[in-house]
Amino acid sequence: MSVLAFTALLFSGSAAAGLVGALTGLGGGVVLVPLLTLGLGVDIKYAIGTALVAVIATSSGAAAAYVREGFSNVRIGLFFEIATTIGALLGAFLASRTPTSAIAVTFGAVLLGSTAFSWKGHGAAGVQSPDPLATRLGLNGSFPSLAGGEQAYFPQRVPLAWLLMVVAGAASGLLGIGSGALKVLSMDTVLKLPYKVSTTTSNFMIGVTAAASAGVYLSRGYVDPALAAPAVLGVLAGSAAGARILTAARSNVLRLVFTAVVLVMGIQMIVQGLRGAV
Amino acid sequence: MIASRKERRLAREVGGILRLGVIVSSAVIVLGLVPFLARESARHADFHEFRGEPAAFRTVPGVFADAMKADPRGIMQLGVLLLVATPFARVILCLVEFAHARDRLYVGVALLVLLALSWGLLGSG
Repeated sequence: MSVLAFTALLFSGSAAAGLVGALTGLGGGVVLVPLLTLGLGVDIKYAIGTALVAVIATSSGAAAAYVREGFSNVRIGLFFEIATTIGALLGAFLASRTPTSAIAVTFGAVLLGSTAFSWKGHGAAGVQSPDPLATRLGLNGSFPSLAGGEQAYFPQRVPLAWLLMVVAGAASGLLGIGSGALKVLSMDTVLKLPYKVSTTTSNFMIGVTAAASAGVYLSRGYVDPALAAPAVLGVLAGSAAGARILTAARSNVLRLVFTAVVLVMGIQMIVQGLRGAV
Repeated sequence: MIASRKERRLAREVGGILRLGVIVSSAVIVLGLVPFLARESARHADFHEFRGEPAAFRTVPGVFADAMKADPRGIMQLGVLLLVATPFARVILCLVEFAHARDRLYVGVALLVLLALSWGLLGSG
């Protein structure tokens, strides 16, 4: 394939990844890695390096809109970024000492299980009263509801969510992808945040999680400019479109898209783990 | 609600720096991509085998030096680096804003995040 055709395909595929990533809070690596490896025959190491940069593009591109419009909660994002970055360091430390294929299978199973759990538990958001710890940490907030006006929310069970965020960070440090899924799930099911706040705050956070490991991948030579450049431009176009769609979308539809993508991701991880490809 | 007005200001500034990072990095990437495609569009694209990037594309000073020579690939890689720097800039901005608002708790939070981020970068060698 010529460089021109390759660049055009990569740009359009990345636009799709950016759209899905911005809508779900997952970053879009789940779309981009198989597209690069299976679709375009790119080596997995280049694919991971490209996906990492693309996640930062999704995060920054969509979060610029989400933060201004009042969906992403900056304090919640920053507070739990302590947990995810510490987790990521822990994951990187453990990476050379643990069998990553076993971790991939476990993590895939956790994803499948917790997605099912999130369907069972949802609908309770928005009815709680303020939690003393969350209030002291300034984590309560409000977001623009579909009906117009602001709807307040009060995060619950902060310590449990913090622990889960450490696990989310560790998973990303160990496996390279998948931190967005656990972030959304812990904000949705543990903190009991409104769905759009969960996905947009996850989207806001994944840029920092990815940037934390970007240095490693850059120094190992995984980031190729001829791959990263079209991917970044495509993802930015897609995530801008995604951000516009999310504002007007119903939470149930978004939850459905998220569930579908996470199911694919969970199965992908289990298969890759069993094959020993991680 | 003074607190809420402060939060809005913070959100505006954070959104602003993310947008700035995205605009600047994509402009630099386009600046490299156009001459790259003009020169190499007909060449065969091959990423089948992992060879690793040349040393110049593995370090920040290396990328800067290469971009200064007007190498299209170096310019694209510089744009990518600017994008990677955007989340760092966002955390630093939060730190400055919280310090300005004398919000000690969140100055601490932002410092911890920044510390862990730098640890990750430096520790990676």
